[in-house]
Amino acid sequence: MKLYEKANTLSERVVKVDPQADERVPEGIYRRCPRCQTVFAAAQMDQYQTCPQCEYGFRLAAAARLAWLVDTAEPFDQDLQTKDPLAFPGYPTKVAQAQARTGLNDAVWTGQATIADTTFYLAIMDPTFIMGSLGTITGEKLTRLIERATAQRQPVVIYTASGGARMQEGIHSLMQMQKVAGALAQHHAAGLLSIVVLTDPTTGGVTASFAMEADLTLAEPRSLVGFAGRRVIEQTTHEQIAHDLQQAENVLRHGFIDQIVPRAEQRTVLVQLLKMGGRQDDANNDSC
Amino acid sequence: MTQTMTAAEVVKAARSDQKVTGPELINGLVTDFFELHGDRLGSDDPAIIGGIGRFHGQPLTVIATNRGATPEEKMATHFGCPSPGGYRKARRLMEQAAHFHRPVLCLVNTPGAYPGQTAEENGQGAAIAQNLLTLSQLPVPVLTVIFGEGGSGGALALAGGDEVWMLAHSTYSILSPEGFASILWKDSRKADQAAELMQLTPTALKQAGMIEGIIPEPRDHQKVIAAIDKVIAPRLQALQQLTVPALLAKRQQRYRKF
Repeated sequence: MKLYEKANTLSERVVKVDPQADERVPEGIYRRCPRCQTVFAAAQMDQYQTCPQCEYGFRLAAAARLAWLVDTAEPFDQDLQTKDPLAFPGYPTKVAQAQARTGLNDAVWTGQATIADTTFYLAIMDPTFIMGSLGTITGEKLTRLIERATAQRQPVVIYTASGGARMQEGIHSLMQMQKVAGALAQHHAAGLLSIVVLTDPTTGGVTASFAMEADLTLAEPRSLVGFAGRRVIEQTTHEQIAHDLQQAENVLRHGFIDQIVPRAEQRTVLVQLLKMGGRQDDANNDSC
Repeated sequence: MTQTMTAAEVVKAARSDQKVTGPELINGLVTDFFELHGDRLGSDDPAIIGGIGRFHGQPLTVIATNRGATPEEKMATHFGCPSPGGYRKARRLMEQAAHFHRPVLCLVNTPGAYPGQTAEENGQGAAIAQNLLTLSQLPVPVLTVIFGEGGSGGALALAGGDEVWMLAHSTYSILSPEGFASILWKDSRKADQAAELMQLTPTALKQAGMIEGIIPEPRDHQKVIAAIDKVIAPRLQALQQLTVPALLAKRQQRYRKF
């Protein structure tokens, strides 16, 4: 049975493997697009971190997005501290690690921002902070931002990126959906403009609340936008679902997104919409 | 006795086949019930039953989840998991109630919003989201009774009003204990352990200030209906005494504190 002996196989006899080869290739020199599977040199990626082949926007920490999106940014509510309402084992440590990594107190950056001479209130969810999940402080920061915007009669722009509810906060997380919705409803009732930009991934309780409640709904190319997780759907229905079911382009085809806007165009598009999308008789002053 | 039940036992009791059903509750609580079908957007989801009726003589809109009685009905209602059309029907009836100044009573027992390909395509997330917006501004009293499972956003879409009451053997949670254990510990068999942690029992939720109160749940369904009636009749009356701005401010405050 010499045929089956390892020393007799092609790889052992002919192919010289250099076990150190991997170590000499620096980390992150190549990237693979999770959507179109194209492998490309990381150096090919522009400042927006998009796939050169299909325009998919790689997941961005809030700080990285803020760097190219706005000209000035003044943060709000950075002092709020995440609670541990269920006394969930290991949760405070997980939060502390995410805080150290992102420089945020919770899964969303909020503040006042400008692009050129246009001022607005801005929220950017951070998918690297416990999957951008909707914790109590995430909801509180969003609610305070929207309430301030209502009081100051300012438009609101929200970038969503979330795995959904924050499991470790249980029912307290669920209540954030209604809390933020309440603030948005008041903002809307005051005649003010809200814009949501759906980014990869926007799912679960965030999709089922403020991600789908703005006046204008934009999305980044090929981002995942959905309610239930793919695995949950397949286990429930015992059917394989279409690969693009929850891709922004398909969600747009079904009528839930106004337009797909690549990152490179977002500054221009936001200014345009902020200037013409709201009431023209309410130029940030008087009235009401 | 509720006090002696573990969270896992409450979960089991909330899912029991012996529980009072949505149709039973409607017929027991409301007279002259007239069902109103459809979301006016192309569908009529049997997992949500809605209509108008009289509660202590006064017109009211009632919206209940329905798990179905026969195997065929259970399939059609996805075992009580509403589709986007169900939430849109509920929203249509809430807005109609506001137009005619009648209060809304929601009766909820659902594992959650249905997770399916068609539900996704029809905007399950958007349908729930729109209900949350509508609920936060609806200028009439909205009272919810959770009488079994209150599953996540699918329950919240019918429970974002002025008051939420729960039957003693019911749950309200972000996710099923099985799903919770599976996501956090990659092991759905730890569901009982998850249930203890999740604060999903009426007692834990009352303590956390999530609900207004707990309604006792005797075995006999007629007694359950009587117990619900006894609690909600004075509450609806009290809410109706409020002016619309006071009602909405109170409602906003209810969620703002979380």
